Amino acid sequence: MTTLLSPRPAILDERISMKYGAGGRAMRALIEGVFLAGAAEAPNGNGFAVGLSAMDDGAAIRVGDRWLVITTDSHVIHPVFFPGGDIGRLSISGTVNDLAMMGATEVLGLTCGVILEEGFALDDLRRIQASLADTCREAGTTVVTGDTKVMGKGELDGIVLNTTGIALTDRVVPDSGLRPGDVLIVTGTIGDHGMAVMAARHGLDLEGELRSDVAPLNGLIRAMLAAGGEDVVAMKDPTRGGLASALHEMASKAGVGILLYESAVPVAPGVRAAAELLGIEPLHVANEGKAVIGVRPGAAQRVLKALRGHPLGRHAEIVGTCLADPPGALVLDTGFGRRLLAEPEGEPLPRIC
Amino acid sequence: MIPQEGGFAQMKFRDPARGKALAAELERLAREIGREPITLMHVCGSHEQAIARFGLRATFPPSVDLIMGPGCPVCVTDLPEVDEAVALAKSGVRVATYGDMLKVPGRVFSLADAQSEGAKVDVVYSVSQAVDLARSTDEEVVFFSTGFETTAVATAAVILSPDRPRNFSVLSAHKYILPAMEIVAEIPGTRIEGFLGAGHAAAITGWGIFEPFAAKYGRPVVVAGFEPLDILAGLVKLLEMVRDGRGGVANMYPRCVTKEGNLRAQEQLWRVFETSGGEWRGIAFVPDGNLRIREEFADVDARRRFDIDVTSLWTTAPSELAKDCICGGILSGLASPHDCPMFGKECLPDRPIGACMVSSEGACRIWHQYGGRPDLRTLTPQPPLPSPPSLPHRERGSEQTTEVRV
Repeated sequence: MTTLLSPRPAILDERISMKYGAGGRAMRALIEGVFLAGAAEAPNGNGFAVGLSAMDDGAAIRVGDRWLVITTDSHVIHPVFFPGGDIGRLSISGTVNDLAMMGATEVLGLTCGVILEEGFALDDLRRIQASLADTCREAGTTVVTGDTKVMGKGELDGIVLNTTGIALTDRVVPDSGLRPGDVLIVTGTIGDHGMAVMAARHGLDLEGELRSDVAPLNGLIRAMLAAGGEDVVAMKDPTRGGLASALHEMASKAGVGILLYESAVPVAPGVRAAAELLGIEPLHVANEGKAVIGVRPGAAQRVLKALRGHPLGRHAEIVGTCLADPPGALVLDTGFGRRLLAEPEGEPLPRIC
Repeated sequence: MIPQEGGFAQMKFRDPARGKALAAELERLAREIGREPITLMHVCGSHEQAIARFGLRATFPPSVDLIMGPGCPVCVTDLPEVDEAVALAKSGVRVATYGDMLKVPGRVFSLADAQSEGAKVDVVYSVSQAVDLARSTDEEVVFFSTGFETTAVATAAVILSPDRPRNFSVLSAHKYILPAMEIVAEIPGTRIEGFLGAGHAAAITGWGIFEPFAAKYGRPVVVAGFEPLDILAGLVKLLEMVRDGRGGVANMYPRCVTKEGNLRAQEQLWRVFETSGGEWRGIAFVPDGNLRIREEFADVDARRRFDIDVTSLWTTAPSELAKDCICGGILSGLASPHDCPMFGKECLPDRPIGACMVSSEGACRIWHQYGGRPDLRTLTPQPPLPSPPSLPHRERGSEQTTEVRV
């Protein structure tokens, strides 16, 4: 291992609790302590591969003179239909975005495994299928094979979808490529998905202001990469655990410090209000249609312009810079002073993607 | 290059530009005072939350040390009080309490332990929710109530309400903050030169209540609100008073606090509660520090209504780790979470050893939540906007995309 993944040795509990699936420090500890510890070495064809131990958004395997990128993602969400999307749109976007975050924006195809709970309404399934198909069209891909299972009542919560995607690219963008001086850009407002889902789940009436941002980002990333080229050095989609978790991971893998300017991070007014009300940091809330991108300083304006020229990147902003010190730390400038921004242990909202 | 305004309106009491002006004022006053450290104490978890959340300590002059005192009512709830609640729950009574209380360790068990063994423990967000719970069942429901004056007022209102259900009673662990401030002020060798008073408690009691305290100990008290500018402005006032060697009380939260306070709430509070002495966890015996239900309301006082046997809980020895916990020192303002060798290691929000790591108002929990080190004065460069350093690039993380050995 070349990267420092965990600043503290992780202690795992004897039983799995919800926090181990929430995208924060606990989940990383579980992956490191169980899956990574027992994993065989990844195929190492031409001396280069991104495998499990990189703990990136997906794996990259050398095929001829190109990279085959592969990723898989299982989706459970309650409620299944939420403002701005549904589990179908989520499961296509999640996998397409994981591929895009590796620089692979031309998706060859997706698989879709469906597990249903006995009693699930056929009408709902049809709606989900239509949403899957629409989102695939948006991303310029299709589901090429699938699988269906049904389990007994009470054995799962309605529906679970698993999607796997493959894509080819000439250049893999890892999440570990930052170095001091690099500039960080987010592609739009932060916290929309998690807040919308939580509001829907708890019947929080905020007058329809909250909508999930769930969307496939490969078009946006393709346009951005065309402008930024080799100067785009790291990407991540801040899903579970939010922007804070994504930046922590990028900082610790690259061994740089990240200075994040709170006032520069775009947050929609409805999300800000809900976050204030609930005492949750928008920086810890999940996104499903956003990316955080690390670029060399000279390319920042060029990349920002390309992002803002795309409908999904209109609110893109430069939000931070990389420092040599303190390595691995995420420092938040609140406008008043500075503090460390903690990596969330679990998720403030369980099971939102 | 970094935009300073995000395009969304800043709230009135969160204007960083005004914050910087106040921080400069603090700097000037600290220079005028000229000695160090200048130790100040606040006594409120909500103040610590805001200070940590907005990174305010990083803006304080190096000589100013603002410490958190006994301002977390959950943290100072003593072992015997937790034991009483656990014993009630284990005896089959339904216990409703604030979520913060669930994991607070008693002598051996917490309410969460009792719950995992099958006892009925309900988390509520307010006393009225506990009343609703009692209405929905025939079982005995005991509300294990904690908090300072502000929360005690809500409990008092329910106890006075004529239609409160008969199966509802209260186990009071309410605390009264002023006597604890006196204890802290009397600790031999204390360096505390001034106090920041909690705005919401003062909204009930009025700021006048601090006048005898300030006179007796010759130290200033400034009542402040909870937005970053409230706190910074309160500290500026406090440093002015320290510089001038003045005692006395200043009210920097006039939009909520008057000299007399909320008289109706005070009347209800003292009709239901009286003060009595009691241990505060880790601090000391605090004369008049506990709020107990008056005899007149015996039927709603769980201590009089039930025969609570706490000794039945003492079947095993308390955890060895608990002996290393320095919560008491932290709550008295003698230590900070960083002085504790277990902070962030054995003691985590998930598996707290001391009460300060349990409660969202506890110093350890707050420090952990905001990165484990809220004071970055020594960690980051002082200029507000350092341009990214143009250092020679390091060897690692070079432009090669995927150099990961597997």
